[in-house]
Amino acid sequence: MIKSELVNRLADQYPHLYQRDVERVVNTILDEITEALGRGDRVELRGFGAFSAKIRPPRIGRNPRTGEAVAVAEKCVPFFKAGKDLRDRLNNEGS
Amino acid sequence: MSNKTLTRADLSEAVYNEIGLSRVESSEIVEAVLDEVSTALVGGEEVKLSSFGTFSVRQKSGRIGRNPKTGEEVPITPRRVLSFRASHVMKDRINEAFKKLISK
Repeated sequence: MIKSELVNRLADQYPHLYQRDVERVVNTILDEITEALGRGDRVELRGFGAFSAKIRPPRIGRNPRTGEAVAVAEKCVPFFKAGKDLRDRLNNEGS
Repeated sequence: MSNKTLTRADLSEAVYNEIGLSRVESSEIVEAVLDEVSTALVGGEEVKLSSFGTFSVRQKSGRIGRNPKTGEEVPITPRRVLSFRASHVMKDRINEAFKKLISK
């Protein structure tokens, strides 16, 4: 399922909303999550899962082709952990 | 870093402010979005949200695990796990924000 299909499925449930508003809803939710992670906040959606960002310390990497050492700056990587309900549903229902 | 935790309430507040739906409807539609994504995943679909990331379901085979405390062998049954890969757009946006935070 891609974003436009998600929007279509939601639009079917909300016939009184314009498709473009449903699209804005989806984008607002996704942007809000990304912005929160950028601020260093966590996003916890009970039953679904939690998004967080972890800081990776700076390290000396290597160019695998030339073997040359390159400095890799400190960076922040997003992380998601599925919630208990969703994990249980994945194993008790569906294909 | 502010280190707060956002919840559904914050997402529906954002929808309420941005879209102008009622508060009740905003929180309902946030729930509907999470439901649609969950249902698709439970049905075995991959969910690709451009400029956000991809949720995919992977099948893990059974194996013998060990209780690290007691050393006792315990069987781990085959199961499905959910994985999320953030898109480059999301990673870049988070890193941009992170760089601004640490340069302050």
